[in-house]
Amino acid sequence: MTPLLEVQGLTKRYGPRIGCADISFALFPGEVMGVVGESGSGKSTLLACLAGHLAPDNGAVIFATRADGPRDTQKMSEAERRLLSRTDWAFVHQNPRDGLRMRVSAGGNVGERLMAVGARHYGEIREAALDWLARVEIAQDRIDDRPAAFSGGMQQRLQIARNLVSAPRLVFMDEPTGGLDVSVQARLLDLLRGLVRRLGLSAILVTHDLAVIRLLADRVMVMKEGRVVETGLTDQVLDDPQHAYTQLLVSSVLQA
Amino acid sequence: MSALIEVAGLGKTFTLHNQGSTVIEVLRDAALTVHPGECVALTGPSGAGKSTLMRVLYGNYLASAGRVVVAGTDIARAQPQEITALRRHKLGYVSQFLRVVPRVPTLEVVAEPLLALGVAEAAAQDTARALLDRLRIPQTLWSLSPTTFSGGEQQRVNIARGFAHPYPVLLLDEPTASLDAANRDTVLCLVEEAKARGAAIVGIFHDAAARRRVADRNLDVSRFIPQPA
Repeated sequence: MTPLLEVQGLTKRYGPRIGCADISFALFPGEVMGVVGESGSGKSTLLACLAGHLAPDNGAVIFATRADGPRDTQKMSEAERRLLSRTDWAFVHQNPRDGLRMRVSAGGNVGERLMAVGARHYGEIREAALDWLARVEIAQDRIDDRPAAFSGGMQQRLQIARNLVSAPRLVFMDEPTGGLDVSVQARLLDLLRGLVRRLGLSAILVTHDLAVIRLLADRVMVMKEGRVVETGLTDQVLDDPQHAYTQLLVSSVLQA
Repeated sequence: MSALIEVAGLGKTFTLHNQGSTVIEVLRDAALTVHPGECVALTGPSGAGKSTLMRVLYGNYLASAGRVVVAGTDIARAQPQEITALRRHKLGYVSQFLRVVPRVPTLEVVAEPLLALGVAEAAAQDTARALLDRLRIPQTLWSLSPTTFSGGEQQRVNIARGFAHPYPVLLLDEPTASLDAANRDTVLCLVEEAKARGAAIVGIFHDAAARRRVADRNLDVSRFIPQPA
């Protein structure tokens, strides 16, 4: 099987400091990979480099494009990369305000993604927006409301709808359940799991929450000080961690 | 017929880096062969390594040495993707405790392994309903999350989930532990049916009568406890 995404020796420095260093892995179609580590471990830097938000200093990020097969996104033009981020990729931010347009209606937020990939028929766009609002459990009579009038959990679900409506193949998620109440988190996790399975999505999920990783990720990569210290099957890494740092992370979780 | 589980020279050591780098050797030179249609019971006192061996068979614990071939895949060397595929298609595991996403209805919890295999939703739910019914989970509970169920109910949901797909290899950790007589009998029937269709089963049964009924052989795991040189 050809990997959907292959990362080779990815390094990003901030001046003399390391953001992330020498990261290599392959993500296969339908796989969800979790990236864990504490604040400052480099996981968000890595995600930003993968999604093209930051330019790495070294390394390759090879994506299996629909048209031309595997291509290094670092060697693409900015326009090509932007097109990929609208068609094949999606990015779910921790703060929905970073991923939504707060002054545009919920329907407009979802429809905009479709228009960006060429949809023009108003009726069809509205139809798709209504369908996606239903899938993320937002009442359809809220379609004309602005996200500013939504709760945090609803905003996050709207962000997910906006991201998935254009049928991306790879979803980047940065702490998607971050600032949410636990009851809202559970619902969102269930939603994400269902979507990943039904749509056959591949995803890279960055979080410091090991419970989220256990429920969503097939595989996990543990980062510390910008480097990967351990990687493997999620439950194996969490239940039988090999590296000292992973053992510390796992043993530090409070039992509810 | 060729074996579905073949373990040879298996060693398992835990190194506790944050507790003075203590090294705990749990299994040394463990061996196990299970053929289709056969059920092997792991026995031995608490701490002998029964659960450790079972977790290694599932790929949940990393083998430190040896070969652990399950349905053709050497788990000790396989890539995570291979283990995920093996678990999805061939290797079922009924753990002692149910672990689910909160708020997901019981029916979906049980149907999920089938959905992951691409079975149509209606067919998967039919299978789930039949199993829940057989395991005497009242229909009124099917649309509720099992997180609030009693211990015995959760265990039966877990068993229903583990038997939803006819896995060629099944691992059962105390499947009858907190069940009443009728449900215990149902679970043992499920195990017998799995054997009859050719599944290879490894189980831990503290219930001696249950073990005698379904197990073809016992394997005392304490013989793999490392002896000081």
